[in-house]
Amino acid sequence: MNEINNNGELGIKTPRDYFSTVNFYGRIWMLSALSLFIAVPAFVSIYYDAWPNLNEFFVGFIGIAPTFWVVAIIEMFTYIPMLGIGGSYLGFVTGNLTNLKVPCAINAMTAAKVEAGTEEGDVISTIAIAVSSIVTTLIITFGCFMLFWIRPVLEAPILAPAFANILPALFGALGVVMISRGWKIAVAPIVFMLVLFMLIPGLASAVGILVPAGVVVAVVAARLMYKKGWL
Amino acid sequence: MREFDVNSPLIYVVAAVIVVFVFSQSVFFLIKAWKQAQNMGMEKSMLRRIATSSAVFTIAPAIAILLGVLTLSNALGLPTPWMRLNTLGSVTYELPAAEMAATATGNSLSERITDARVYTTILWVMTLGIIPSLFLAPFLMRKIHSGVVSVGAKDKKWGEIFMTALFLGMISAFLGMIFSRIGEGLTGWIPVFVMLCSAIIMTALGILYKKGKIAWLENYALPLSMISAMALSIPITRAIG
Repeated sequence: MNEINNNGELGIKTPRDYFSTVNFYGRIWMLSALSLFIAVPAFVSIYYDAWPNLNEFFVGFIGIAPTFWVVAIIEMFTYIPMLGIGGSYLGFVTGNLTNLKVPCAINAMTAAKVEAGTEEGDVISTIAIAVSSIVTTLIITFGCFMLFWIRPVLEAPILAPAFANILPALFGALGVVMISRGWKIAVAPIVFMLVLFMLIPGLASAVGILVPAGVVVAVVAARLMYKKGWL
Repeated sequence: MREFDVNSPLIYVVAAVIVVFVFSQSVFFLIKAWKQAQNMGMEKSMLRRIATSSAVFTIAPAIAILLGVLTLSNALGLPTPWMRLNTLGSVTYELPAAEMAATATGNSLSERITDARVYTTILWVMTLGIIPSLFLAPFLMRKIHSGVVSVGAKDKKWGEIFMTALFLGMISAFLGMIFSRIGEGLTGWIPVFVMLCSAIIMTALGILYKKGKIAWLENYALPLSMISAMALSIPITRAIG
Protein backbone atom coordinates (compact mmCIF):
# COMPACT_ATOMS: atom_id res chain seq x y z
CA MET A 1 0.00 0.00 0.00
CA ASN A 2 1.39 3.43 -0.87
CA GLU A 3 2.31 5.59 2.07
CA ILE A 4 0.96 9.12 1.93
CA ASN A 5 2.81 11.82 3.76
CA ASN A 6 1.10 14.35 5.96
CA ASN A 7 2.64 17.40 4.36
CA GLY A 8 0.21 17.68 1.50
CA GLU A 9 3.08 18.03 -0.96
CA LEU A 10 2.44 18.05 -4.70
CA GLY A 11 -1.26 18.47 -4.08
CA ILE A 12 -1.68 14.91 -2.90
CA LYS A 13 -4.70 14.55 -0.60
CA THR A 14 -3.48 13.43 2.78
CA PRO A 15 -5.37 11.07 5.11
CA ARG A 16 -5.95 14.08 7.36
CA ASP A 17 -7.71 15.83 4.49
CA TYR A 18 -9.81 12.77 3.81
CA PHE A 19 -10.85 12.25 7.44
CA SER A 20 -11.70 15.94 7.87
CA THR A 21 -13.71 15.94 4.65
CA VAL A 22 -15.54 12.73 5.51
CA ASN A 23 -16.25 13.98 9.02
CA PHE A 24 -17.57 17.28 7.66
CA TYR A 25 -19.89 15.66 5.12
CA GLY A 26 -20.76 12.85 7.52
CA ARG A 27 -22.02 15.36 10.08
CA ILE A 28 -24.13 17.11 7.46
CA TRP A 29 -25.62 13.82 6.22
CA MET A 30 -26.24 12.50 9.71
CA LEU A 31 -27.84 15.66 11.08
CA SER A 32 -29.95 15.88 7.90
CA ALA A 33 -30.99 12.26 8.45
CA LEU A 34 -31.89 13.05 12.07
CA SER A 35 -34.09 15.98 10.98
CA LEU A 36 -35.67 14.01 8.16
CA PHE A 37 -36.40 10.91 10.26
CA ILE A 38 -38.09 13.01 12.96
CA ALA A 39 -39.96 14.98 10.28
CA VAL A 40 -41.69 11.79 9.09
CA PRO A 41 -43.89 11.11 12.14
CA ALA A 42 -44.32 14.87 12.66
CA PHE A 43 -45.55 15.34 9.09
CA VAL A 44 -47.91 12.34 9.23
CA SER A 45 -49.28 13.52 12.59
CA ILE A 46 -49.92 17.02 11.21
CA TYR A 47 -51.36 15.80 7.90
CA TYR A 48 -53.84 13.39 9.51
CA ASP A 49 -54.27 15.63 12.57
CA ALA A 50 -53.57 12.51 14.61
CA TRP A 51 -51.05 13.10 17.41
CA PRO A 52 -50.29 10.25 19.78
CA ASN A 53 -51.93 10.12 23.17
CA LEU A 54 -49.00 11.07 25.46
CA ASN A 55 -49.71 8.32 28.01
CA GLU A 56 -49.76 5.64 25.31
CA PHE A 57 -46.64 7.06 23.70
CA PHE A 58 -44.71 7.05 26.98
CA VAL A 59 -45.80 3.50 27.85
CA GLY A 60 -44.52 2.31 24.46
CA PHE A 61 -41.42 4.51 24.55
CA ILE A 62 -40.37 3.55 28.07
CA GLY A 63 -40.83 -0.09 27.13
CA ILE A 64 -38.28 0.17 24.35
CA ALA A 65 -35.97 3.18 24.82
CA PRO A 66 -34.01 2.24 27.98
CA THR A 67 -32.71 -0.91 26.29
CA PHE A 68 -32.18 0.38 22.78
CA TRP A 69 -30.79 3.80 23.75
CA VAL A 70 -28.14 2.00 25.83
CA VAL A 71 -27.45 -0.40 22.93
CA ALA A 72 -27.22 2.51 20.46
CA ILE A 73 -24.76 4.42 22.66
CA ILE A 74 -22.61 1.34 23.35
CA GLU A 75 -22.65 0.42 19.65
CA MET A 76 -20.97 3.74 18.86
CA PHE A 77 -18.01 2.94 21.09
CA THR A 78 -17.84 -0.64 19.76
CA TYR A 79 -18.34 -0.10 16.04
CA ILE A 80 -16.68 3.27 15.29
CA PRO A 81 -13.20 1.75 15.89
CA MET A 82 -14.11 -1.21 13.66
CA LEU A 83 -15.81 0.63 10.79
CA GLY A 84 -13.85 3.89 10.77
CA ILE A 85 -15.33 7.34 10.24
CA GLY A 86 -16.87 6.98 6.76
CA GLY A 87 -18.23 3.49 7.42
CA SER A 88 -19.72 4.56 10.75
CA TYR A 89 -21.48 7.64 9.40
CA LEU A 90 -23.07 5.46 6.76
CA GLY A 91 -23.64 2.37 8.92
CA PHE A 92 -25.43 4.23 11.72
CA VAL A 93 -27.87 5.85 9.28
CA THR A 94 -28.54 2.74 7.18
CA GLY A 95 -28.81 0.33 10.14
CA ASN A 96 -28.57 -3.47 10.18
CA LEU A 97 -25.08 -3.23 11.68
CA THR A 98 -24.48 -6.52 13.46
CA ASN A 99 -26.38 -8.74 11.04
CA LEU A 100 -24.95 -7.22 7.86
CA LYS A 101 -22.77 -4.09 7.74
CA VAL A 102 -20.10 -5.03 10.30
CA PRO A 103 -19.56 -8.59 8.92
CA CYS A 104 -19.53 -7.14 5.39
CA ALA A 105 -16.86 -4.60 6.37
CA ILE A 106 -14.78 -7.29 8.12
CA ASN A 107 -15.00 -9.49 5.01
CA ALA A 108 -13.89 -6.62 2.76
CA MET A 109 -11.00 -5.52 5.01
CA THR A 110 -9.79 -9.13 5.29
CA ALA A 111 -9.95 -9.66 1.51
CA ALA A 112 -8.14 -6.34 0.88
CA LYS A 113 -5.56 -7.22 3.58
CA VAL A 114 -5.99 -3.89 5.36
CA GLU A 115 -6.37 -3.26 9.08
CA ALA A 116 -9.32 -1.59 10.78
CA GLY A 117 -8.33 1.71 12.38
CA THR A 118 -6.01 2.64 9.50
CA GLU A 119 -6.74 5.00 6.60
CA GLU A 120 -6.84 2.05 4.19
CA GLY A 121 -9.21 0.16 6.48
CA ASP A 122 -11.51 3.18 6.72
CA VAL A 123 -11.74 3.53 2.94
CA ILE A 124 -12.36 -0.18 2.29
CA SER A 125 -14.91 -0.40 5.11
CA THR A 126 -16.77 2.61 3.66
CA ILE A 127 -16.85 1.07 0.17
CA ALA A 128 -18.14 -2.24 1.56
CA ILE A 129 -20.86 -0.60 3.68
CA ALA A 130 -21.91 1.73 0.84
CA VAL A 131 -22.22 -1.14 -1.64
CA SER A 132 -24.03 -3.24 0.96
CA SER A 133 -26.49 -0.41 1.70
CA ILE A 134 -27.16 0.16 -2.00
CA VAL A 135 -27.75 -3.56 -2.65
CA THR A 136 -29.97 -3.85 0.45
CA THR A 137 -32.09 -0.89 -0.67
CA LEU A 138 -32.43 -2.33 -4.18
CA ILE A 139 -33.39 -5.80 -2.92
CA ILE A 140 -35.92 -4.48 -0.38
CA THR A 141 -37.40 -2.05 -2.91
CA PHE A 142 -37.57 -4.67 -5.63
CA GLY A 143 -39.06 -7.13 -3.13
CA CYS A 144 -41.73 -4.67 -1.97
CA PHE A 145 -42.90 -3.93 -5.49
CA MET A 146 -42.76 -7.58 -6.62
CA LEU A 147 -44.31 -8.79 -3.39
CA PHE A 148 -47.27 -10.47 -5.03
CA TRP A 149 -44.98 -12.81 -6.96
CA ILE A 150 -42.15 -13.38 -4.50
CA ARG A 151 -44.11 -13.66 -1.24
CA PRO A 152 -45.05 -17.35 -1.80
CA VAL A 153 -41.39 -18.16 -2.46
CA LEU A 154 -40.03 -16.24 0.53
CA GLU A 155 -42.63 -17.68 2.87
CA ALA A 156 -42.36 -21.24 1.55
CA PRO A 157 -42.03 -23.62 4.53
CA ILE A 158 -39.13 -25.43 2.87
CA LEU A 159 -37.01 -22.25 2.98
CA ALA A 160 -37.92 -21.33 6.56
CA PRO A 161 -34.93 -23.15 8.17
CA ALA A 162 -32.50 -21.33 5.87
CA PHE A 163 -33.70 -17.89 6.96
CA ALA A 164 -34.02 -18.99 10.59
CA ASN A 165 -30.33 -19.96 10.57
CA ILE A 166 -28.82 -16.96 8.83
CA LEU A 167 -26.85 -15.80 11.90
CA PRO A 168 -25.25 -19.23 12.62
CA ALA A 169 -24.38 -19.49 8.90
CA LEU A 170 -22.85 -16.00 8.94
CA PHE A 171 -20.96 -16.18 12.22
CA GLY A 172 -19.63 -19.72 11.65
CA ALA A 173 -17.65 -18.54 8.61
CA LEU A 174 -16.80 -15.17 10.13
CA GLY A 175 -15.63 -16.94 13.29
CA VAL A 176 -13.09 -18.93 11.26
CA VAL A 177 -11.75 -15.73 9.66
CA MET A 178 -11.36 -13.90 12.96
CA ILE A 179 -10.23 -16.79 15.15
CA SER A 180 -7.49 -17.61 12.64
CA ARG A 181 -6.14 -14.08 13.21
CA GLY A 182 -5.57 -14.69 16.91
CA TRP A 183 -6.96 -17.86 18.46
CA LYS A 184 -5.39 -17.09 21.81
CA ILE A 185 -7.34 -13.82 22.00
CA ALA A 186 -10.55 -15.67 21.08
CA VAL A 187 -10.47 -18.22 23.92
CA ALA A 188 -11.53 -16.00 26.85
CA PRO A 189 -14.51 -14.17 25.25
CA ILE A 190 -15.84 -17.31 23.54
CA VAL A 191 -15.65 -19.44 26.71
CA PHE A 192 -17.26 -16.58 28.66
CA MET A 193 -20.13 -16.23 26.18
CA LEU A 194 -20.69 -19.98 25.80
CA VAL A 195 -21.03 -20.42 29.57
CA LEU A 196 -23.23 -17.31 29.87
CA PHE A 197 -25.67 -18.34 27.12
CA MET A 198 -25.85 -21.97 28.26
CA LEU A 199 -26.61 -20.87 31.83
CA ILE A 200 -29.08 -18.13 30.84
CA PRO A 201 -30.60 -19.04 27.41
CA GLY A 202 -33.07 -16.14 27.66
CA LEU A 203 -30.19 -13.73 26.97
CA ALA A 204 -30.35 -14.68 23.28
CA SER A 205 -32.91 -11.93 22.71
CA ALA A 206 -30.48 -9.39 24.20
CA VAL A 207 -27.36 -10.35 22.27
CA GLY A 208 -26.84 -6.74 21.16
CA ILE A 209 -26.34 -5.67 24.77
CA LEU A 210 -23.82 -8.47 25.33
CA VAL A 211 -21.56 -7.46 22.43
CA PRO A 212 -19.77 -4.80 24.53
CA ALA A 213 -19.43 -7.33 27.38
CA GLY A 214 -17.68 -9.69 24.94
CA VAL A 215 -15.49 -6.81 23.76
CA VAL A 216 -14.46 -5.90 27.32
CA VAL A 217 -13.59 -9.54 28.15
CA ALA A 218 -11.62 -9.89 24.90
CA VAL A 219 -9.68 -6.62 25.33
CA VAL A 220 -8.86 -7.21 29.03
CA ALA A 221 -7.77 -10.82 28.38
CA ALA A 222 -5.71 -9.73 25.35
CA ARG A 223 -4.02 -6.96 27.37
CA LEU A 224 -3.10 -9.39 30.18
CA MET A 225 -1.68 -11.91 27.69
CA TYR A 226 0.19 -9.16 25.85
CA LYS A 227 1.74 -7.90 29.09
CA LYS A 228 2.82 -11.46 29.93
CA GLY A 229 4.34 -11.85 26.48
CA TRP A 230 1.95 -14.63 25.39
CA LEU A 231 0.86 -12.88 22.18
CA MET B 1 -59.47 14.18 10.34
CA ARG B 2 -58.48 12.87 6.89
CA GLU B 3 -59.23 9.29 5.94
CA PHE B 4 -56.23 7.13 6.85
CA ASP B 5 -54.74 4.06 5.17
CA VAL B 6 -51.33 2.51 5.96
CA ASN B 7 -50.83 1.99 2.22
CA SER B 8 -51.92 5.47 1.17
CA PRO B 9 -50.00 7.21 -1.66
CA LEU B 10 -48.93 9.90 0.82
CA ILE B 11 -47.15 7.35 3.05
CA TYR B 12 -45.52 5.85 -0.04
CA VAL B 13 -44.21 9.29 -1.02
CA VAL B 14 -42.88 9.96 2.50
CA ALA B 15 -41.18 6.53 2.56
CA ALA B 16 -39.73 7.09 -0.92
CA VAL B 17 -38.15 10.39 0.21
CA ILE B 18 -36.39 8.60 3.07
CA VAL B 19 -35.26 5.68 0.89
CA VAL B 20 -33.91 8.05 -1.80
CA PHE B 21 -32.09 10.05 0.90
CA VAL B 22 -30.41 6.95 2.33
CA PHE B 23 -29.58 5.67 -1.15
CA SER B 24 -28.03 9.03 -2.08
CA GLN B 25 -25.93 9.04 1.07
CA SER B 26 -24.59 5.57 0.20
CA VAL B 27 -23.71 6.67 -3.34
CA PHE B 28 -22.05 9.85 -2.02
CA PHE B 29 -19.85 7.95 0.45
CA LEU B 30 -19.06 5.28 -2.14
CA ILE B 31 -17.76 7.90 -4.59
CA LYS B 32 -15.76 9.71 -1.89
CA ALA B 33 -14.16 6.51 -0.59
CA TRP B 34 -13.50 5.14 -4.08
CA LYS B 35 -11.69 8.34 -5.13
CA GLN B 36 -9.68 8.33 -1.91
CA ALA B 37 -8.74 4.67 -2.42
CA GLN B 38 -7.38 5.51 -5.86
CA ASN B 39 -5.50 8.51 -4.47
CA MET B 40 -3.92 6.12 -1.96
CA GLY B 41 -2.73 3.90 -4.78
CA MET B 42 -5.20 1.03 -4.41
CA GLU B 43 -5.77 -0.87 -7.64
CA LYS B 44 -9.07 -0.46 -9.45
CA SER B 45 -9.36 -4.22 -10.00
CA MET B 46 -9.00 -4.87 -6.27
CA LEU B 47 -11.63 -2.23 -5.46
CA ARG B 48 -14.01 -3.80 -8.00
CA ARG B 49 -13.47 -7.22 -6.39
CA ILE B 50 -14.20 -5.77 -2.95
CA ALA B 51 -17.38 -4.08 -4.22
CA THR B 52 -18.62 -7.22 -6.00
CA SER B 53 -17.83 -9.42 -3.01
CA SER B 54 -19.70 -6.99 -0.69
CA ALA B 55 -22.70 -7.04 -3.05
CA VAL B 56 -22.78 -10.86 -3.16
CA PHE B 57 -22.31 -11.03 0.61
CA THR B 58 -25.32 -8.74 1.12
CA ILE B 59 -27.85 -10.78 -0.89
CA ALA B 60 -28.81 -13.43 1.71
CA PRO B 61 -29.03 -11.06 4.73
CA ALA B 62 -30.98 -8.55 2.60
CA ILE B 63 -33.54 -11.22 1.71
CA ALA B 64 -33.84 -11.97 5.44
CA ILE B 65 -34.47 -8.24 6.02
CA LEU B 66 -37.13 -8.39 3.30
CA LEU B 67 -38.83 -11.12 5.34
CA GLY B 68 -38.92 -8.64 8.23
CA VAL B 69 -40.62 -6.14 5.91
CA LEU B 70 -43.25 -8.77 5.10
CA THR B 71 -43.84 -9.49 8.80
CA LEU B 72 -44.37 -5.83 9.65
CA SER B 73 -46.41 -5.15 6.50
CA ASN B 74 -49.33 -7.17 7.84
CA ALA B 75 -50.03 -4.47 10.41
CA LEU B 76 -48.25 -1.37 9.10
CA GLY B 77 -48.72 -1.75 5.34
CA LEU B 78 -45.81 -1.83 2.92
CA PRO B 79 -44.31 1.70 2.81
CA THR B 80 -43.56 2.01 6.54
CA PRO B 81 -41.44 -1.17 6.91
CA TRP B 82 -39.89 -0.44 3.50
CA MET B 83 -38.72 2.91 4.90
CA ARG B 84 -37.85 1.70 8.41
CA LEU B 85 -35.78 -1.34 7.42
CA ASN B 86 -33.66 0.75 5.05
CA THR B 87 -32.63 2.98 7.96
CA LEU B 88 -31.23 2.97 11.50
CA GLY B 89 -32.23 -0.23 13.27
CA SER B 90 -32.86 -3.80 12.23
CA VAL B 91 -35.69 -6.32 12.42
CA THR B 92 -34.61 -7.17 15.96
CA TYR B 93 -35.35 -3.56 16.93
CA GLU B 94 -38.22 -2.54 14.65
CA LEU B 95 -40.44 -5.51 15.48
CA PRO B 96 -40.38 -5.22 19.31
CA ALA B 97 -40.61 -1.40 19.08
CA ALA B 98 -43.72 -1.59 16.88
CA GLU B 99 -45.22 -4.35 19.05
CA MET B 100 -44.56 -2.39 22.27
CA ALA B 101 -46.19 0.75 20.86
CA ALA B 102 -49.15 -1.16 19.42
CA THR B 103 -49.72 -2.89 22.77
CA ALA B 104 -49.58 0.47 24.57
CA THR B 105 -52.47 1.67 22.40
CA GLY B 106 -54.44 -1.52 23.09
CA ASN B 107 -53.77 -2.94 19.62
CA SER B 108 -51.69 -5.74 18.20
CA LEU B 109 -49.50 -6.23 15.14
CA SER B 110 -51.52 -9.30 14.23
CA GLU B 111 -54.09 -7.08 12.51
CA ARG B 112 -53.97 -4.10 10.13
CA ILE B 113 -53.68 -0.69 11.83
CA THR B 114 -56.59 1.45 10.65
CA ASP B 115 -56.49 4.30 13.19
CA ALA B 116 -54.17 7.21 12.29
CA ARG B 117 -53.52 7.97 15.96
CA VAL B 118 -52.38 4.41 16.67
CA TYR B 119 -50.21 4.53 13.55
CA THR B 120 -48.50 7.80 14.52
CA THR B 121 -47.92 6.49 18.07
CA ILE B 122 -46.14 3.44 16.62
CA LEU B 123 -44.16 5.63 14.21
CA TRP B 124 -43.04 8.04 16.95
CA VAL B 125 -41.95 5.20 19.25
CA MET B 126 -40.07 3.42 16.43
CA THR B 127 -38.34 6.67 15.44
CA LEU B 128 -37.36 7.99 18.88
CA GLY B 129 -36.59 4.58 20.41
CA ILE B 130 -33.28 4.30 18.56
CA ILE B 131 -32.35 7.91 17.81
CA PRO B 132 -29.28 8.53 20.08
CA SER B 133 -26.63 7.38 17.60
CA LEU B 134 -27.83 9.99 15.11
CA PHE B 135 -27.42 12.98 17.41
CA LEU B 136 -24.42 11.73 19.41
CA ALA B 137 -22.25 10.26 16.65
CA PRO B 138 -21.56 13.58 14.85
CA PHE B 139 -20.05 14.96 18.07
CA LEU B 140 -18.28 11.83 19.34
CA MET B 141 -17.04 10.35 16.05
CA ARG B 142 -13.65 12.07 15.85
CA LYS B 143 -12.94 11.65 19.60
CA ILE B 144 -13.62 7.90 19.56
CA HIS B 145 -11.72 7.45 16.30
CA SER B 146 -8.73 9.51 17.50
CA GLY B 147 -8.61 7.41 20.67
CA VAL B 148 -8.30 4.24 18.60
CA VAL B 149 -5.67 5.75 16.31
CA SER B 150 -3.63 6.85 19.31
CA VAL B 151 -3.66 3.28 20.70
CA GLY B 152 -2.03 2.07 17.47
CA ALA B 153 0.34 5.04 17.31
CA LYS B 154 1.73 4.41 20.81
CA ASP B 155 2.30 0.67 20.31
CA LYS B 156 1.71 -0.76 16.82
CA LYS B 157 1.61 -4.41 17.91
CA TRP B 158 -0.84 -3.72 20.74
CA GLY B 159 -2.92 -1.62 18.34
CA GLU B 160 -3.33 -4.64 16.04
CA ILE B 161 -4.10 -6.97 18.94
CA PHE B 162 -6.62 -4.43 20.30
CA MET B 163 -8.50 -4.32 16.97
CA THR B 164 -8.54 -8.13 16.72
CA ALA B 165 -9.87 -8.29 20.30
CA LEU B 166 -12.67 -5.84 19.41
CA PHE B 167 -13.81 -8.01 16.49
CA LEU B 168 -13.49 -11.25 18.45
CA GLY B 169 -15.44 -9.75 21.35
CA MET B 170 -18.33 -8.98 19.02
CA ILE B 171 -18.23 -12.37 17.31
CA SER B 172 -18.01 -14.23 20.64
CA ALA B 173 -21.41 -12.84 21.68
CA PHE B 174 -23.04 -14.27 18.55
CA LEU B 175 -21.16 -17.58 18.77
CA GLY B 176 -22.37 -17.90 22.37
CA MET B 177 -25.94 -17.06 21.35
CA ILE B 178 -25.93 -19.95 18.86
CA PHE B 179 -25.58 -22.36 21.81
CA SER B 180 -28.43 -20.79 23.80
CA ARG B 181 -31.02 -23.37 22.67
CA ILE B 182 -29.06 -26.58 23.27
CA GLY B 183 -31.07 -27.20 26.43
CA GLU B 184 -34.14 -27.82 24.24
CA GLY B 185 -32.76 -31.15 23.03
CA LEU B 186 -31.54 -32.15 19.57
CA THR B 187 -33.55 -29.44 17.75
CA GLY B 188 -31.74 -26.83 19.82
CA TRP B 189 -28.47 -28.05 18.30
CA ILE B 190 -29.57 -27.21 14.73
CA PRO B 191 -28.03 -23.68 14.81
CA VAL B 192 -24.80 -25.21 16.19
CA PHE B 193 -24.67 -27.75 13.34
CA VAL B 194 -25.34 -24.99 10.79
CA MET B 195 -22.57 -22.88 12.31
CA LEU B 196 -20.18 -25.85 12.16
CA CYS B 197 -21.09 -26.49 8.50
CA SER B 198 -20.37 -22.85 7.71
CA ALA B 199 -17.04 -22.99 9.59
CA ILE B 200 -15.97 -26.23 7.88
CA ILE B 201 -16.85 -24.90 4.41
CA MET B 202 -15.00 -21.65 5.13
CA THR B 203 -11.94 -23.60 6.30
CA ALA B 204 -12.05 -25.82 3.19
CA LEU B 205 -12.38 -22.79 0.88
CA GLY B 206 -9.55 -21.09 2.77
CA ILE B 207 -7.26 -24.08 2.20
CA LEU B 208 -8.37 -24.21 -1.44
CA TYR B 209 -7.57 -20.58 -2.21
CA LYS B 210 -4.29 -20.63 -0.28
CA LYS B 211 -2.95 -23.98 -1.57
CA GLY B 212 -4.57 -23.72 -5.00
CA LYS B 213 -3.69 -20.00 -5.27
CA ILE B 214 -7.22 -19.19 -6.47
CA ALA B 215 -7.21 -15.48 -5.66
CA TRP B 216 -10.82 -14.70 -6.65
CA LEU B 217 -12.11 -17.34 -4.24
CA GLU B 218 -10.80 -15.34 -1.26
CA ASN B 219 -13.30 -12.56 -1.94
CA TYR B 220 -16.28 -14.90 -2.18
CA ALA B 221 -15.38 -17.52 0.45
CA LEU B 222 -17.48 -15.90 3.18
CA PRO B 223 -20.72 -15.41 1.18
CA LEU B 224 -20.30 -18.89 -0.36
CA SER B 225 -19.88 -20.48 3.08
CA MET B 226 -22.86 -18.59 4.46
CA ILE B 227 -25.22 -19.46 1.60
CA SER B 228 -24.07 -23.11 1.53
CA ALA B 229 -24.65 -23.45 5.29
CA MET B 230 -28.10 -21.84 4.94
CA ALA B 231 -28.92 -24.37 2.22
CA LEU B 232 -27.62 -27.23 4.39
CA SER B 233 -29.83 -26.08 7.27
CA ILE B 234 -32.82 -27.37 5.27
CA PRO B 235 -31.81 -31.08 5.22
CA ILE B 236 -30.36 -30.76 8.75
CA THR B 237 -33.69 -29.44 10.07
CA ARG B 238 -35.60 -32.14 8.19
CA ALA B 239 -33.35 -34.88 9.54
CA ILE B 240 -33.56 -33.68 13.15
CA GLY B 241 -36.94 -31.98 13.32
